[in-house]
Amino acid sequence: MGMATTDPQFHVLAVDDSLIDRKLIERLLKTSSYQVTTVDSGSKALEFLGLNENDRNTPNETSVSPKIHQEVDVNLVITDYCMPGMTGYDLLKKIKESSSLKNIPVVIMSSENVPSRISRCMEEGAEEFFLKPVRLSDVNKLKPHLMRTKCCKNIQNQENQENKQSQEIQLQTSQSNNNNKRKAMDEGISPDRTRPRYSGFTLVSN
Amino acid sequence: MEIVGQLQKQYVDFINSLFREGYLDDQYVQLQKLQDDSNPEFVVEVVSIFFEDSEKLLNDLASSLQQQVVDFKKVDGYVHQFKGSSSSVGAQRVKNACVAFRNFCDEKNLDGCSRFLNLVKQEFYLVKNKLETLLRLEQQILQAGGTVPLIE
Repeated sequence: MGMATTDPQFHVLAVDDSLIDRKLIERLLKTSSYQVTTVDSGSKALEFLGLNENDRNTPNETSVSPKIHQEVDVNLVITDYCMPGMTGYDLLKKIKESSSLKNIPVVIMSSENVPSRISRCMEEGAEEFFLKPVRLSDVNKLKPHLMRTKCCKNIQNQENQENKQSQEIQLQTSQSNNNNKRKAMDEGISPDRTRPRYSGFTLVSN
Repeated sequence: MEIVGQLQKQYVDFINSLFREGYLDDQYVQLQKLQDDSNPEFVVEVVSIFFEDSEKLLNDLASSLQQQVVDFKKVDGYVHQFKGSSSSVGAQRVKNACVAFRNFCDEKNLDGCSRFLNLVKQEFYLVKNKLETLLRLEQQILQAGGTVPLIE
């Protein structure tokens, strides 16, 4: 979109094969004043983001690209883990492997509290992992991740020559976050703690 | 106004009994909190989708268990969906029945699966009945000019 900072509306893409859960997450997000698009599969999510499922993004891809996604400004993707076809994990991977999409924060939702699943997602670059049913208190945790991307987007807009610089800043931030998360994981969080706290992210359960 | 008071009391007693007996859990309250003037039908919409979805899932479950060679993975998939949707609306007993059902899917225990399909079906129709009564009470309160009390 490239709009000025006067319009701080965030656009969230929610992905879930369950109609009920799509309704729920849409309501939760709209209550928090986010603009919401919901889709029912990972492949539709990629389509919406302007990425063809079979696209290979080469490292040499220029920033001036005719891809559709440049007209669609998505600030965060929140996806269910268990979906037929492409899982939320697969979707996360594709987003993080895409040079054009990798800076979009991704949040995973799951009805099952499986520690190995959680760490797999966090290792792949997910910002948060929410246990379903998702609540307003979970959605409140999205704000800092959204603020971070807007902040970096503004830097890119203001300083055309310095795309590289802002990407480096983001890389350092996410690297240090990942280090913190790994450290916390290594400290041996037992699966039956209802609210383990890691620096940088919180696992929410009922 | 006295009518509203009576209806409200009826409502509070009824919904408290549903919580007490485990038919509904806190997720139902979360749904109610998401309803407001801009989305006055939110709970009804979600509950309606739940009813429709569940009927379909029950049919799918019944036919998949009637196959010559039962695909337990498929059955488990349906139960997983049912568990998810019931959890999302706060239908606790249905959800718990689904959790137990899945164990029989894991064990490929046809007899257990059939029994638990019946149990899940039973629990579903029970909570459907309760929810319909609850929502009807809400409508009556609103029509009488009152507001629906929010139980925490």
